[in-house]
Amino acid sequence: MDALWLAVIASGMFHGLNPGMGWPLAVSAGLMERKDSALLAALVPLAAGHFLAMMAMVLPFALLTSLIIWQREIQIGASLLVIAFGLFRYINRRHPRMLARIAPTRLALWSFAIAIAHGAGLMLVPIYLGLNNSAAMENSAMGQNVMAGSEFLVSSLGMTLLVSSVHTIAMISSGGIAAWLIYRIVGLKYITRSWFNMDAIWAISLILVGAIGLYSAI
Amino acid sequence: MAPNTATLRPDPTFHPSPKLAMEAPVENFAYTLLLSPDHSKPDALAVIDVDPSSDSYGDIVHTVIMPNVGDEFHHFGWNACSSALSPLTGHAFYERRYLIIPGIRSSRIYIIDTKPHPTEAKIHKIIEPEELFRKTGYSRPHTVHCGPEGIYISTLGGGGENGTDGPPGVFIMDCETFDILGRWEMDRGSQEKHYDFWWNLPRDYMVTSEWGLPPQFENGIVAEDLLSNKYGHQIHFWDLRARRNVQTIDLGANHQMALEVRPAHDPSREYGFLGVVVDTTNLEGSIWTWWREDGKFHIEKSATIPAEPADADDLPELLKGFGAVPPLVTDIDLSLDDKFLYVACWGTGELRQYDVSNPRDVKFVDSVHIGGIVRKTPHPNGQAFAGGPQMLEISRDGKRVYWTNSLYSSWDKQFYPDGVPGAQVMANIGEDGGINLAEDYWVQFPDGYGAHQIRLEGGDCSTDSFCYPSV
Repeated sequence: MDALWLAVIASGMFHGLNPGMGWPLAVSAGLMERKDSALLAALVPLAAGHFLAMMAMVLPFALLTSLIIWQREIQIGASLLVIAFGLFRYINRRHPRMLARIAPTRLALWSFAIAIAHGAGLMLVPIYLGLNNSAAMENSAMGQNVMAGSEFLVSSLGMTLLVSSVHTIAMISSGGIAAWLIYRIVGLKYITRSWFNMDAIWAISLILVGAIGLYSAI
Repeated sequence: MAPNTATLRPDPTFHPSPKLAMEAPVENFAYTLLLSPDHSKPDALAVIDVDPSSDSYGDIVHTVIMPNVGDEFHHFGWNACSSALSPLTGHAFYERRYLIIPGIRSSRIYIIDTKPHPTEAKIHKIIEPEELFRKTGYSRPHTVHCGPEGIYISTLGGGGENGTDGPPGVFIMDCETFDILGRWEMDRGSQEKHYDFWWNLPRDYMVTSEWGLPPQFENGIVAEDLLSNKYGHQIHFWDLRARRNVQTIDLGANHQMALEVRPAHDPSREYGFLGVVVDTTNLEGSIWTWWREDGKFHIEKSATIPAEPADADDLPELLKGFGAVPPLVTDIDLSLDDKFLYVACWGTGELRQYDVSNPRDVKFVDSVHIGGIVRKTPHPNGQAFAGGPQMLEISRDGKRVYWTNSLYSSWDKQFYPDGVPGAQVMANIGEDGGINLAEDYWVQFPDGYGAHQIRLEGGDCSTDSFCYPSV
């Protein structure tokens, strides 16, 4: 279970440091307005959009988990979905052109759309399911009766909030630190030096997370 | 599925801010478009060595000759530039590699691959005019810029043989496959003519200008249309992502042909400049400053250049009745530090330099004379320079300005009946301004060719759009 929480935090940091998830926008905001507070203010909608994208992907699975007897099947299905999306991203590296139509002022919408389109939310699903299941098992191991469907649903929803929050805090802290480093310490020159093409790594991490989810379910 | 052309790191010629672009290594090659004014030969791309330490300094070291005649090359641009570093994409893994060259007369578009080395440049793809007509209803492609949705190209004509079926506009091309994707505009408002466009990417607006419709330029300038103020005289401001015209400003009908749009390179500065060819009340040329304040755009005339009196005997047929040479402001270009604006006076044969540090208090700094309808000033090396200063390009560091001499084949014949054989010269710029023609830089083009726009290796002052301010 600790390893799964570590995965929630690690995936958050991975998303946060990826320039594609928005930290350069915070740098840009700070420089365009020539104010430190503008950088910090940009982090808020970026975090909000990311959080909502995590919730949007995880929530349907949280609702499904009330079907306790199909727990395993759900986990297998979710893992396969993540693997399939990872394979798709690996083969098709193009970025959806629709994203380029979002106005630069709509940072929360942008952050939400980017996280959904690139499967950032999906990456969290197998980790979430693992956590959710082990929480349920822990409850029964502690001698309590097996939870009723409705109780399990409430606990699943709580877990959704917790996982999405912890992930987003890790994401925005690491992204925020990257933005601050460029903005305040090392300078704009390094903004592009810190970028390298993560498309393949991103796709492989999706496949990996899916595979681990699949392994733990079987 | 699209070919995977992505690189592992952003192209080293992409720069976050104009200041960083100015500090980057200088250009070693200049690409220049060659056109055959009588359409007897295919147009071409010349690659010129501009490295002063090289043995072939100022020489054409490679030429890409096209397989068609009558394209009429004019403007061109890159497949990718510093705009790829937009914080909204976080995905800058393209190469500045392909030159997109539209034929303004044929509507054919050539994609030229400049890798592995400029001297090995070759044709990568040809987009036939029918594809452009079919997918966009536009014709006569002109200005090329790379931006958020791919490559944007403005056009001068609509559909039909004369390009007058429907208004011209901007279309989008995929920056990897070079497939034409379709029209850019969703709501063009009152825009009916087109010429140049540029934008401010983080502030999310586009600015477009107006020359005239194809029947007004293809067979030469139409004097009656000019005297009745029928060429373009409006500037349009657009919501870039929403693809919507948000404001149109009329400069006054006497301000004929609003051509080059030059926004400040630093995106935190919300202003820019516009050159107007001729005022029909007094033949003067003018520079305009536009800016955005509280979400509204404004424009005012910030500099004028008067016509020069001349004997009718010294003037071509078109101008005899006026007894004066109009300066004909046909190109303007802004240095990357947003400090100096260069203005080409193609009629009088003068290149002017203005200090525009304060965009609403434009100050004349210096000028050089070369060519001109009446003055006919030779180059300091003694060679005759036909035409006048026309397409300008400033080096990224702002220390050199290059220019050619042809405006447009059929107009060249009217203003310079003796012909405008291609020439390219360069001037050195002093630390605080001041223009000095370089005596040792004179590009000899092949016989029978005119020369138009110049692009510098690694980007220049009219290609790259920056997403971060200079700090």
